[in-house]
Amino acid sequence: MATKTELSVSVGTPAEEAGLKPFKVTLNIRRYNPETGDEAFWQDFDVELYATDRVLDALHKIKWEQDGSLAFRRSCAHGVCGSDAMRINGRNRLACKTLIKDLDITQPIYVEAIKGLPLEKDLIVDMEPFFESFREVQPFLVSNTPPAGGRERLQSIAERERFDDTTKCILCAACTTSCPVFWTDGQYFGPAAIVNAHRFIFDSRDENAAARLEILNDKEGVWRCRTTFNCTDACPRGIQVTKAIAEVKAAVVRGRP
Amino acid sequence: MSTVIENPRSPYTRPARKKRRFNIEKWAWLFMRGSGVILVFLIFGHLFFNLMLGEGIRAIDFGFVGGKLANPFWQWWDVLMLWLALIHGGNGMRTVINDYVTGQKLRPFILWTLFAIVAILIVLGTLVTFTFDPCPITENIELLPSFCNA
Repeated sequence: MATKTELSVSVGTPAEEAGLKPFKVTLNIRRYNPETGDEAFWQDFDVELYATDRVLDALHKIKWEQDGSLAFRRSCAHGVCGSDAMRINGRNRLACKTLIKDLDITQPIYVEAIKGLPLEKDLIVDMEPFFESFREVQPFLVSNTPPAGGRERLQSIAERERFDDTTKCILCAACTTSCPVFWTDGQYFGPAAIVNAHRFIFDSRDENAAARLEILNDKEGVWRCRTTFNCTDACPRGIQVTKAIAEVKAAVVRGRP
Repeated sequence: MSTVIENPRSPYTRPARKKRRFNIEKWAWLFMRGSGVILVFLIFGHLFFNLMLGEGIRAIDFGFVGGKLANPFWQWWDVLMLWLALIHGGNGMRTVINDYVTGQKLRPFILWTLFAIVAILIVLGTLVTFTFDPCPITENIELLPSFCNA
């Protein structure tokens, strides 16, 4: 005796099944090809998208269906790896966290590479200067004393809370490349490096705060910050970047965290 | 025509950050905060005394200014305002220049020009405030203001 079960046969994407209607969106993408030696130029693409789509989906559609030469970085595509920071409608965002429905689609959506770092191709920049500054602030726990009881380095909830905000950084470079001082002067450490220094300076288990404060008490260190709040606006993780920089400034003045 | 294709993995080089043993940035930053607060008090006090008290703006003439600069209280008030405002503004200009002038020869030139202007204005202003005499000893009596009847 076989029971006949009604199976709904699924066809298409979840958006189609949910009965959503696609609409046409124009993307203006700043292209650059180092092999031709030409200047960067704007190219527009029309894509059919759903309201549930993100800018990253639009870029995928272009790359997979229209122009395979479009170059951009992405890894996890869910706002965790920090690979796809780009300038969307003049603001630094993660393409994978920017929903099409949150943008004004009566106008073309402008997508370009983040500014202030050397452009390699299309939406890809050389991140090395950014990571170099990051490495310089010693973004790792330094302790010269053995932990109490030879086991764990214990920390109270309040001590952990002190630097909780800056642990969220995913190193996407959205903050550093939104900073006007960084645009004009590539020597500035940049918000991301200071955020990651903050994460260890205010960690009660760390013993190297003095060295980090000394590094950031540089002409190109925290004093370069003009508190324009571009970094706080740009951060896809909602880190209060300008506040963290201000706390590091205060710590440099005090000479201790 | 063949194009030379640069090695895409060639590392980006930027001028190394110079290690300085001492820099004034921390003190400049603290000065800006301190002087800013004091200047708000000094400038609004200055404006209130000159424009609001007594006859207000109609009282301002050569004699009014001469009278103020004869009083040590206003001499020190004005000199303090002069020094703080010029150094505060000059330091602000210095940071703008450091942010936006990238030419390795142009930047020091502009910075030194700025320094010279600030220094000259401070020296001249201080000199005038403390040595100003509305009734100098002179042959040409008719050049002196009317209240100098000595």
